[in-house]
Amino acid sequence: MAEIVGGFGTSHVPAIGAAMDHHKTNEPYWRPLFAGYEEARQWMADAKPDVAIIVYNDHASAFSLELIPTFAIGVASEFPPADEGYGPRQVPVVKGHPELAWHLAESLILDEFDMTIANEMPVDHGLTVPLSISCGQPEEWPCAVIPLCVNVIQYPPPTGARCYKLGKAIRRALDAFDPNLRIVIFGTGGMSHQLQGERAGVINEAFDAMFLDKFVSDPEALTHIPHKEYMAQAGSEGIELVMWLIMRGALNDCVREVYRHYHVSASNTAAGLIILENA
Amino acid sequence: MSKEQGVSEDFSDIPGTYVFTPEHSRKGYALNMFCMSLNNAANREAFRADEEKYLGKFALTPEQRETVLERDWLGMLRLGGNIYYTFKLAAFDGLSMQAVGGKMSGITEEEFRRIMITGGKDPEGRPRNKLSLLESDSG
Repeated sequence: MAEIVGGFGTSHVPAIGAAMDHHKTNEPYWRPLFAGYEEARQWMADAKPDVAIIVYNDHASAFSLELIPTFAIGVASEFPPADEGYGPRQVPVVKGHPELAWHLAESLILDEFDMTIANEMPVDHGLTVPLSISCGQPEEWPCAVIPLCVNVIQYPPPTGARCYKLGKAIRRALDAFDPNLRIVIFGTGGMSHQLQGERAGVINEAFDAMFLDKFVSDPEALTHIPHKEYMAQAGSEGIELVMWLIMRGALNDCVREVYRHYHVSASNTAAGLIILENA
Repeated sequence: MSKEQGVSEDFSDIPGTYVFTPEHSRKGYALNMFCMSLNNAANREAFRADEEKYLGKFALTPEQRETVLERDWLGMLRLGGNIYYTFKLAAFDGLSMQAVGGKMSGITEEEFRRIMITGGKDPEGRPRNKLSLLESDSG
């Protein structure tokens, strides 16, 4: 059985990756954020996952308005870092896990989640920044990765409730997978932020604290938050938090909070991180 | 769903925000796909060589075209642009997200940066720390 050894929730702000790529993590602006990542990296190193399932959103890199899959799963054996308009990040190529990825695709579709299957998919900061946050700057990423890409740019994104149910379906699929594998599942994006318009710069620490608390103790309650409330309270791009609910749905109802880190701000975003283990 | 079938929810009561609704997406398709094309290095060079000629390859409205040439970041959003797409044009210009945030807020990048390190803006769009625009230390 593929066993989930933990859930890793984190923001995926591109500037965090850029700070690492350009050796700025010791600058006064960045130091408090990166200091909080050390314990998370240690947890990840100790967890020794075979596969990371990373739930993230593509930002007009692999997909554009030409084709907008609500949920897409990458089944390739590797995924190149994308050129997002300023050259690809100089990070290792992401190795996939086709066997488990195809099993997930098959299982999820027969479980009534109509996934888009991607054989070719460059991966952007939404996926590579969480790897950098959790693994630092290795020559090769320490585990295989299955990208699970969610549309949160074109309104409407999937509902929080739907995301949570998808997480539960992922769990059923993993439980039914024969080879013994250690899995970490990532929910990424958020926390509160708004990049666009006259209101660019929204941060809501109270909302984020509520979200993290309920994320641990009562995720069902979060599945009832309407899109408009995310956008009004946590900023238009705060809607990305629905992706964290996919991760949470894949864990046990009852979890143990292993670690939490929260910092305002990384570029224009409230950077949050939480690590959960099944209780 | 508490709304009429096929009609996007009304987001007009969220200030200073351009939700990328189906209507918005239809209006901005060519504009956003122009921005998307800048993911390709050869296209970036072609755009750099002759912006007007390059824009001719996309079915932008005259107003959209003007907002691109003028780098009118709010104008692009009003005409259907989406920030993840328009930011590719900003990155082409060497601008950071905080610089663009400042331009859309009508303040400098440094002022915007100060707002962000002092708690950002509240949901009404006001800086949470009223002194953030007056402080001289950039932190």
